[in-house]
Amino acid sequence: MKRSSYIVLGVVSAIFVLSWVMKSMSLSEVDDSIMQGFLLTVSAFLTLSIFSFLYKDNPFYKFAEHLFVGVSAAFWMCQGFWSTLVGNLIPRVSESLSGFFMVPYQPGSFNFHYWIPVILGLLLLMRLAPKGGWLSRWPLAFIVGTTAGLNFIKYLRSDFIDQVSSTFVPLLGDETNKWTGVGDFFSNLSLSADSQFVALLANWVIFVGVFSGLVYFFFSKEHKGVFGVGSRVGIWILMITFGASFGYTVMGRISLLVGRLTFLFRDWLGLIS
Amino acid sequence: MKYMLRVLFSLVLFATTAVLAQTDVVESDSTTVVTEQTPAPVSMFEAKDKDNDHGHAFVLNWELSADDGAGLDNVLTYEVFRWTPNISDSIGIIDTLLNVAIVDNGPLNQTTATDAEQRIDSLMTAFLGPLANASAQEKGARLHELRAAYVERLAEVHSAYPANGYWRKIKVVPFGTTSCEDVGGKEPENSGYIPDFTDYYYRVDAVTADTLVRAESKIAGPVQSSGQWFNTGRVPVLCFVIIFTILTLYFVQAAKKGTDLYVRPLGGIEAVDDAIGRATEMGKPILYVLGLGSAADVATIASFTILGRVAKKVAEYQTELIVPTYDPIVMSVAQEVVKSAYYDAGRPDSYNEDTVFFVTQSQFAYVAAVNGIMLRDLPATNIYMGKFYAESLILAETGALAGSIQISGTDEIAQIPFFIVACDYTLIGEELYAASAYLGREPVLLGSLKAQDYAKAAIIILAIIGLIAGNLDWTGFTGLFEVTN
Repeated sequence: MKRSSYIVLGVVSAIFVLSWVMKSMSLSEVDDSIMQGFLLTVSAFLTLSIFSFLYKDNPFYKFAEHLFVGVSAAFWMCQGFWSTLVGNLIPRVSESLSGFFMVPYQPGSFNFHYWIPVILGLLLLMRLAPKGGWLSRWPLAFIVGTTAGLNFIKYLRSDFIDQVSSTFVPLLGDETNKWTGVGDFFSNLSLSADSQFVALLANWVIFVGVFSGLVYFFFSKEHKGVFGVGSRVGIWILMITFGASFGYTVMGRISLLVGRLTFLFRDWLGLIS
Repeated sequence: MKYMLRVLFSLVLFATTAVLAQTDVVESDSTTVVTEQTPAPVSMFEAKDKDNDHGHAFVLNWELSADDGAGLDNVLTYEVFRWTPNISDSIGIIDTLLNVAIVDNGPLNQTTATDAEQRIDSLMTAFLGPLANASAQEKGARLHELRAAYVERLAEVHSAYPANGYWRKIKVVPFGTTSCEDVGGKEPENSGYIPDFTDYYYRVDAVTADTLVRAESKIAGPVQSSGQWFNTGRVPVLCFVIIFTILTLYFVQAAKKGTDLYVRPLGGIEAVDDAIGRATEMGKPILYVLGLGSAADVATIASFTILGRVAKKVAEYQTELIVPTYDPIVMSVAQEVVKSAYYDAGRPDSYNEDTVFFVTQSQFAYVAAVNGIMLRDLPATNIYMGKFYAESLILAETGALAGSIQISGTDEIAQIPFFIVACDYTLIGEELYAASAYLGREPVLLGSLKAQDYAKAAIIILAIIGLIAGNLDWTGFTGLFEVTN
């Protein structure tokens, strides 16, 4: 390590300790104020370490990253073990193991189908054995095949049948906005949400959008001529949709940033009430 | 005499005043106390098994009370009751008490509002008394035994109707409602468990503002629930599955016979080979991110095919490949795919087990790790193919910052905009699926891609017919696309 690195580390450590002491003093009315002060300081330190990535990769970011990855990996492993194996499987298959893990044994609820995931799980672990690696392909095939089959039905309904039926829109107006002629249409022209113009426009956008979008995603024909025009309209409609979606999502992200800044300026520094 | 007349007059006056005063009071009372009149009960009340389900559910139908929206117009709600044997109530109380005991580890004198306190006390004494010093595990096991015994006796106690039971209110629906469903749990462990092939009885009360003034319907029952093997509400789905399967099989066979099935070039995929070449020339690795999807997601499955193609090229060019994964199952499949690609390229000795590795199943921890890889290993090419969520922009921005060529593809509509703005090439939605067929050139994939195209053509034709039908009120055609339940 360079001398400058030692200086930076020393300054950050000093700020950390100073923050811990000051937060503990400001939380003196709270029980366990020293621990609360420590946790708040650690949270602020990790938040700033992650933010430091905006400058460039650095040891503080690396520390926060490795801590985050390690803790989360361990957390999800423990969660899977205690909720799936101990919480669901063991009470149904073994009284002695239930006693060992201190979970209520459920006699009479034993079913053979609980052993199927156990066997598949063990087969999955066979990839660790030098000669039994091929066995791990069976559970993989089972998982991928079963869920692909289930998704086929799900998507056929949601992305095909429901989409087709949603395209059955009245292009000349429905009961509330019945078409009564060009004269009436122009004389009642309005941009209010319940006007005939807006209702018809919405239906035409659905109609044109669906058709041109489908043309764009048609892979068996080159996009030339009339087909090419339809395809270009399709990509324009897609891009306008993506632009709207982009703006909407960015606003959501801004609120996340505001949440972290609020933590830093209110909970840690106490600069805002 | 005069005196007598005066006394008599006074008496009459007093009596009249008293009577008038009494009348005033009555009139005054009658103006302040509003008494509801009993409404007419609902008619044609029936309970039946719910169609097209797995069982354990009933549908209740009735016709509105004559005083709902008409007549006295004083019906505010309909209260639905189910006849429930007392044994069910007892189990519910013990369950609640025991859960409180196990969770809080506290005293067992916390009561619920389900029954009288005395009843709860007696149940506690009878059931929990002998287990006062037992562990939480023993109490849990005892409750499980009790539940099993209760489930075994359910059919018997239900058949004893109306003895040893009571009417339990299960739903309250507003005026104007003519039907509701009573959907119970499937498993005996569920508190709302409704066993199949067991007699149930229902009643509906038309209730006024004064909840004591109500009209009971006739009893509907006995009725039994049962599951159906075939869901008739999903016949349209079955029809389209058959049509789509026939189309796929036809085109797969055509592809196997050597028929040339044209697929238009896709910009993003054409760039993959160039990007691998660039990485080889620069002597830098290629980063392949499979996203956060599971191995069963369609986008991840398509991504496996593209990974196979990329890994084969990488093996041929002897370039380094890095595949950090989010899901352990995805990692296993990806390892198999990459290994097979190295074998296909004739370089099994070059395959490194650490090419594909697991990071974590926490979304942003995974992003932090992949970002670190991008900035430390500086890959020449980043390929993002699969299912992505909020991490898409963070990954793509970091990759752009590191100066990598970036190719992305996802079917997550909300994330496509982020990839478009931050990546060099983006496969939009279904292009990702098409890319796997385009790269693989396998008959099965090409056949299914062709079948998809014909399905799209079918959508266009059906939608045009549907538009005409909708505008001309041909409900018969539009009804073909109604999928229920």
